[in-house]
Amino acid sequence: MATQGTASTSDFIKNLGKMYGTYTGGFIGFILFLAVLEQVGVPNKILGYLFVFFTLAVYAIIGVMTRTAEVSEYYVAGRRVPAFYNGMATGADWMSAASFVGMAGTLFLLGYDGLAWVLGWTGGFVLVSILIGPYLRKFGAYTVPDFLSFRYGGNFARALGVIVLVACSFTYVTAQIYGTGLIASRFLGMQFELAVFAGLVGILLCAMLGGMRAVTWTQIAQYIVLIIAYLTPIVILSTTQYGIPIPQLTYGQAIVDITAREQQMLATGLTTAAALKPHIQPFINYSPLNFFGIIMCMMVGTASLPHILMRYFTTPSVREARQSVAWSLLFIFLLYFSAPAYAAFSKLEVYTNIIGRDLTAIRPWLFSWGELGLIQICGKNAGSIDAIVAACKAIAGHPGVVRLQDFVINTDVIVLSTPEIAGLPYVISGLVAAGGLAAALSTADGLLLAIANALSHDVYYKMIDPNAPTMRRLTVARALLVVVAVIAAATAATKPGDILAMVGWAFSLAMAGNFPALVMGVWWKRTTATGAVCGIIAGFGLCLFYLVTTRYFPGAGVKYFGMTSLTNPLTGAPLVDIAKAMALPNAMESFPTLAHPMANKVGWFDLNNINCGLLGTPLGFAVIYIVSKLGKEPSAEMQAYVDDIRKPRGRTVLEERTT
Amino acid sequence: MANSTDLKAKEEAHWAKTSRLMYTHLAVWFFFGFIIHMFVKPLNNIIIPILGFPLGFYMAAQGSLIVFVVMLFMFAKQQDKIDREFGFAEED
Repeated sequence: MATQGTASTSDFIKNLGKMYGTYTGGFIGFILFLAVLEQVGVPNKILGYLFVFFTLAVYAIIGVMTRTAEVSEYYVAGRRVPAFYNGMATGADWMSAASFVGMAGTLFLLGYDGLAWVLGWTGGFVLVSILIGPYLRKFGAYTVPDFLSFRYGGNFARALGVIVLVACSFTYVTAQIYGTGLIASRFLGMQFELAVFAGLVGILLCAMLGGMRAVTWTQIAQYIVLIIAYLTPIVILSTTQYGIPIPQLTYGQAIVDITAREQQMLATGLTTAAALKPHIQPFINYSPLNFFGIIMCMMVGTASLPHILMRYFTTPSVREARQSVAWSLLFIFLLYFSAPAYAAFSKLEVYTNIIGRDLTAIRPWLFSWGELGLIQICGKNAGSIDAIVAACKAIAGHPGVVRLQDFVINTDVIVLSTPEIAGLPYVISGLVAAGGLAAALSTADGLLLAIANALSHDVYYKMIDPNAPTMRRLTVARALLVVVAVIAAATAATKPGDILAMVGWAFSLAMAGNFPALVMGVWWKRTTATGAVCGIIAGFGLCLFYLVTTRYFPGAGVKYFGMTSLTNPLTGAPLVDIAKAMALPNAMESFPTLAHPMANKVGWFDLNNINCGLLGTPLGFAVIYIVSKLGKEPSAEMQAYVDDIRKPRGRTVLEERTT
Repeated sequence: MANSTDLKAKEEAHWAKTSRLMYTHLAVWFFFGFIIHMFVKPLNNIIIPILGFPLGFYMAAQGSLIVFVVMLFMFAKQQDKIDREFGFAEED
């Protein structure tokens, strides 16, 4: 039985290339087939449905086929996912709706400053590989709290690990399900609340039945869909505009053209110096502190996110864990170094074909987004030519052409509308929607699994009932997965808003809570349990305090904690008049509504609360160091364990009972 | 006993080399993640020939990213070499 199992598994691994090769070919064939359908006149709506349902069905089939009822398969995919494929799965796990749909739009709006996100979301993998990932793999844990519990003796450290994990993963997963709902509602014409739960069914089918094993093989399939979907439109654009099918090389020219056009718009009165944010000029949206803060928090946060670290528990060896991080970054890089090209092509299109055009000569693609409230001209939704002509007439002295300050576009529109901007067939739009859905679903799968695993393995099995039989542990894991997913979907359905900010908070929380304890646990043998526990509480606590106070209780922050108004990075002017706001009779309650919900308007050191990890992490390190120094050295046995995890060879430290 | 002190010495040498590799890569990471972008304004005055990118913008949009990817493949190789040198690598 056992030998048979091993033989069929190694066959399975050997055939991966052939399987996913066929799958990729099949997917491309499917796109071509839909393109033909479009040509013979099948309506767009049907094409959208075919795309969404076909891809969802494929993920579900893979999920069902690779389902498992074995503990090590369920939690770590049997630890035999080859480095290359684990890299692809991590790529899909990593790239969320925010990356796929939001990133290019952010770059469009922020120009150079948006690159902080691009840098932050790639450079963190260097830290994963060098400081943490392979060591946790050698340790042989199922979850991140597992490591904390073993290294820092007991269930208190484990419980803290679970709290940090749930706090950051839940914030993050809500944003993903929100993204799923957004895409499904736009392309299927469903009601948003309904679309959220429809997306949820897709997520659960993969994650619930087969745990990490099913999610791994599904995520690889999702990566293939999302990368094809992301690259296709810009490769076509690059070829038609510059004659070379490599957009990453050709968009330099687009940037030159954008800069020239910016000068021209200034000269011809199409914009004012106040309204124009030059594309390549740094530090006009974020102050240098916040710019570098975002890079730091996203990088260190990457190396602390449990659902990402967990992916490196599934490789066959420590060496492959390291290689796998490199493959992950390569696959992620393919999307991230293309996003600025997306932004540049779209911006050039907007600057040349919309700004400066007569109001009556606006292209029709714009109106389908205007109707949804995602594009505004002259302050009104651009639903039709008549609507915008009327809106602009209302502005005194309006010249009758679109000026830069008249045009407002939602960041999510950029990627989703680029095929239409370029006048490509609808099949490409459907492809992009399928890619966005794949990105959101795969990340949601990984996150839900991380939460459910921590609750079932760490809380239920390790803390509540250590004698629970295997079947019951997995049943609990599945039940919890459904419960968490439904709560997350219910939260998402209330539209808590602003995906980028929520994702940013998740990173900062993970960073402040996990990073010091994980790094010191491996790299400083002298770290004591008390030190680590105090460090987690202090670092995570400070980060959470800053986040909650600046976001929800800025009045109290100003009154009791000496917070001051943040300043505009360009002019240095304060964002809110603190004296005026505090003089209001209900300063404590009304202050949040004065501040835009996305971020904070008050704080310390002019620091955005997305960067709260910048406060918590150094404190965490300092507390761990000082408290450890004060205490007694860890036992010789524990120090020997640390020596063990530093060497790839040999048995894992933690041997799990699997029957 | 001699055997165990041998192992201890080997472990320490292995870890010293591993730490050195870690610091080297962290330094490169810090340089391309942060330091170089502090000079974005002067770098933007340099235009990459043919491609047309201002250099400061290019480094943040592509240059640093390429460095990170290359670094990670190199790191995997180098760390494996160190592990093999001390006999701590996993069997193939």
